Amino acid sequence: MWFAPERLREEGGTPDYRFSLANERTFLAWLRTAMALVGGGFAVDQFLPETARPLRLALALVLLAGGALCALRAISHWVRCERAMRRGEDLPMSRFPVVLGLAVGVVALLMVIVAAFGWGG
Amino acid sequence: MPEGKGTHGPRTRDRDPGLQPERTRLAWRRTTLACAVAASLAGRQTLHRGIDPASLVVLALVVVAWLAFLTLAHRRIRAMRMPRPPALSPRAAVAAVACTLALAALGAAMLR
Repeated sequence: MWFAPERLREEGGTPDYRFSLANERTFLAWLRTAMALVGGGFAVDQFLPETARPLRLALALVLLAGGALCALRAISHWVRCERAMRRGEDLPMSRFPVVLGLAVGVVALLMVIVAAFGWGG
Repeated sequence: MPEGKGTHGPRTRDRDPGLQPERTRLAWRRTTLACAVAASLAGRQTLHRGIDPASLVVLALVVVAWLAFLTLAHRRIRAMRMPRPPALSPRAAVAAVACTLALAALGAAMLR
């Protein structure tokens, strides 16, 4: 559905504009998270020059991929919420926030270890 | 006192007590700021290994992605001036996501 969102307007009725705006703000919050992860990916590469190259690249790529995934999930969740509101259904449940939280936690821990033990190249 | 007849009547009655358009406008502003930070880091990434034609082309594309996001946000922020703004168009949402993905991809191509 989310890859053809133009069909959205054909479904159900138009929800209260306030609910649509709230959904839009949630979408933007996820987009900001995605941009923060993307920026973090570049920051790892640019500001940890002492770290061994494979490790640095791996961390940067994980963060960049996480950011891209987050952006894709942002639009998919936005479309699903908008559609649920148009049809008067319950909002979709998602495990994504938990998974993202755990993943960011693991990456952060790894970076603390890298910084503390100085795995130089 | 007749209601909704004066210059301020309808506007006052239409005002959203929860200030949803205002909050949404600010959310776009914050996201524009986040995009500027991500774009700066992506731009810095392209020049990180030195200046060559390839990195300049990628840098130009990063700037294009950032300007595209600025334009989108600006249009949406202008739509928020209405008391009851229309819902975000799916096309604009897809375009905003595409800008983020473009920044990630362009910068990733320049990782060293």
